[in-house]
Amino acid sequence: MTTTLKPATAARAGSHQLGPLALALRQGRLELTQFLRSRESVVFTMGFPIIMILIFAAVFDGEIAPGVSFPQYFITGMIAAGLMTVSFQNLGIWIPIERDRGVLKRYRGTPMPKWVYFAGKVIMVVVVGVVETALLLAVSVAAFDLQLPGTATKWLTFGWVSVLGITACTLCGIAISSLARTARSGSAVVTPVALILQFTSGVFFVFTQLPSWMQQVAALFPLKWMCQGLRSVFLPDTFAGQEPGGSYELGRVALVLAAWCVIGLLLCLGTFRWTTRRDG
Amino acid sequence: MDNELAIVARGLRKAYGKNVAVAGVDLEVRRGEVFALLGPNGAGKTTTVEILEGYRRRDAGEVSVLDSDPAAPAADWRNRIGIVLQGVGEFDELSVSELVHHFAGFYADADDPEKVIARVGLAGKARARTHTLSGGQKRRLDVALGIIGRPELLFLDEPTTGFDPEARREFWQLIRDLAAAGTTIVLTTHYLDEAEALADRVGVIAGGRLIEVAAPEQLGNRQQAHATVSWRTPEGLIESTESATPTELVTELAARFGGEVPGLTVTRPTLEDIYLQMIGHR
Ligand SMILES: Nc1ncnc2c1ncn2[C@@H]1O[C@H](COP(=O)(O)OP(=O)(O)OP(=O)(O)O)[C@@H](O)[C@H]1O
Ligand SMILES: [Mg+2]
Repeated sequence: MTTTLKPATAARAGSHQLGPLALALRQGRLELTQFLRSRESVVFTMGFPIIMILIFAAVFDGEIAPGVSFPQYFITGMIAAGLMTVSFQNLGIWIPIERDRGVLKRYRGTPMPKWVYFAGKVIMVVVVGVVETALLLAVSVAAFDLQLPGTATKWLTFGWVSVLGITACTLCGIAISSLARTARSGSAVVTPVALILQFTSGVFFVFTQLPSWMQQVAALFPLKWMCQGLRSVFLPDTFAGQEPGGSYELGRVALVLAAWCVIGLLLCLGTFRWTTRRDG
Repeated sequence: MDNELAIVARGLRKAYGKNVAVAGVDLEVRRGEVFALLGPNGAGKTTTVEILEGYRRRDAGEVSVLDSDPAAPAADWRNRIGIVLQGVGEFDELSVSELVHHFAGFYADADDPEKVIARVGLAGKARARTHTLSGGQKRRLDVALGIIGRPELLFLDEPTTGFDPEARREFWQLIRDLAAAGTTIVLTTHYLDEAEALADRVGVIAGGRLIEVAAPEQLGNRQQAHATVSWRTPEGLIESTESATPTELVTELAARFGGEVPGLTVTRPTLEDIYLQMIGHR
């Protein structure tokens, strides 16, 4: 009780306000800390794709096409689904909880620019996504001789497909979080959407074996294009002929994913809610 | 800065569907003053305060808070106000120290986090995760986050709910120090002693209307209220009379008893009596 408080009305000395980059990085670090400390979400987010690929590798051990093993095909779906879990599901479930607890309301009461909150989520998602994908690849290489991409071009494609895909899914996750009215309904909203997309986009089945109407519906959403872009990275060029379009259509992959980034951003900006309905 | 008033509200209205929560409130809070809003549950205190904080939209009326409309505030407005909400926002995975440090980074001119943590009495809990705090300790953390930005204007919505008596006294001292340093303070409370101890002026709100604004000792014409004088009669019965001139009556009684008046008490209505009467008669 011996401490004193500085007078609030004293001339406001030179402003120490942090710059945008520092604000975003601090927010990202805070989000990561919170994520890493909730052990269940770490285990499930990181573990889900690894467990799935191990199950797939154990169940199907033949070849899809000459020189293309089942795991080599399904790793693309698992990477894409993993990125979607980290971004879309994670945020779609977590943000309603934060909103319900009043965390978002509290941020709104500070001078923090709104975008900093989203930037913090993006940083967290990207870091977790990179680590999770690296783990998935390491386990797959060790467990069933996964062939990593052999050329710089393929790694480059791997990079931009992942970045565009995770960005689109992050923005859509933030956008869909506003649909949930309470903390509990977040996973009820997000899980079916994610599961249906995974089943129809070629994560669990060879895409071309799905009914064509299902393929067409899936083609409206980003996950199908993420899988397709990743197949161009992990499967031989000769496999391109088996794609629905007769090639990997990388131009179209970029276009659709970029379009979803724009749609997601517009939805976020237009619909994001900082408070619950009971906050008036 | 030329404006003497920190807050001006005129004809403030807010309805939730058919339920009119705030029904035309006019309010002025001067710079540097401690203003307490008192009122029963559902009176419209939180609604009013959250409109002033920029959280809720008003249906009608004019509002100026630190010369800005809270619905469309100036760029640095949030730097100048501090908010302690009625409902808490919980960051379960973080420690007290991490959270206060993080929030300090949002403000242009934040106070020293360690000092603020000590000031709200959480020094011993600085490393504790927030979900391990007791109810009263969580509330202290809310207060710490409210004052970390060294606000010119501080809103506190029922800040001492859940405080033990000692914590409440410490909190009062904190508010007095902040006020002495020039901070304008608007707080809501259900505790009349708190309003009496802290506020320069008290506004009583009931049914969405501000029914009186006065210094605590003048509320409900408390100073002019009749005093109750009671004493024991020689037959052993308690007799009491309301009097506008109690001194005269006591002198008269002393003469009648020839000295000590048995069981003499002179009481004036407490703030609580006045308050209950006010909100009962709306
Ligand atoms: N988000 C909301 N949606 C609908 N009605 C609301 C909402 N918030 C408040 N109300 C209603 O508005 C009225 C005023 O509520 P408010 O929370 O402002 O009261 P209060 O004076 O703060 O009460 P308390 O002392 O219990 O905190 C109440 O009738 C309440 O039911
Ligand atoms: Mg209230």
